Amino acid sequence: MRVEITDTVIAAEAIVAEMKAGVDGAVCVFDGIVRDNSRGRQTLHLDYEAYREMALQQMCGLAADAVTKFGVRDVALVHRLGRLVVGETSVLVVVASAHRGAAFDACRWLIDTLKKTVPIWKKEQFVDGAVWADGEPFPAEIAARSTAGDSERRG
Amino acid sequence: MRVRVLYFGVLKDLFGGESEMMELGQSASVEDLLAVCRGRFAGRDGLWESLAVAVNQEYARRGDALKDGDEVALLPPVSGGVERPVA
Repeated sequence: MRVEITDTVIAAEAIVAEMKAGVDGAVCVFDGIVRDNSRGRQTLHLDYEAYREMALQQMCGLAADAVTKFGVRDVALVHRLGRLVVGETSVLVVVASAHRGAAFDACRWLIDTLKKTVPIWKKEQFVDGAVWADGEPFPAEIAARSTAGDSERRG
Repeated sequence: MRVRVLYFGVLKDLFGGESEMMELGQSASVEDLLAVCRGRFAGRDGLWESLAVAVNQEYARRGDALKDGDEVALLPPVSGGVERPVA
């Protein structure tokens, strides 16, 4: 597995090429790129920041879970931090598998889960101001952990 | 006890810094720490309700007990990847 957080350009094509092996029948790639607008406002750039050590740890967990859960052969998960301009890759998910169904499913699960659980945030810089993007609510298993009044103690 | 508190995303702007050392009572919990932080900013209830908390880089419960030297991170809803969530 290849799991990275980087401050430089993600070499998407090279990473995809490296992931291919003879036993694979499918490689599914999600290449997340910076769009030129958000809800009608023109985007200049995005600034990504992370709780870096925890984010990497969470991403490693997701990659391992994807292999177990979907039975795919290998996963690459790379997220870039810092300032990104329109068209640049911020996140790359690559899943290699014997069959396409598992590859598609694992790829979709990885990006959807990453977006909800990995501690990375982006600030959107528009022509007319900047704003921290609204995140998605944390999934139940994390939100429940954070419910006020929950008196359960860690072991 | 003394713990290190880390702020991310919008909280970093709100608190004017990335981290601080915080002195808490002997048997303080995550909830106690949140109450201290929340006390500095009246309003913004939605933000405090939506936060997750990590203790030593693992998601924690609000009732979890803290101990001296813990690293406690306050995490607004995350927004990695690219697309904004659909409203």
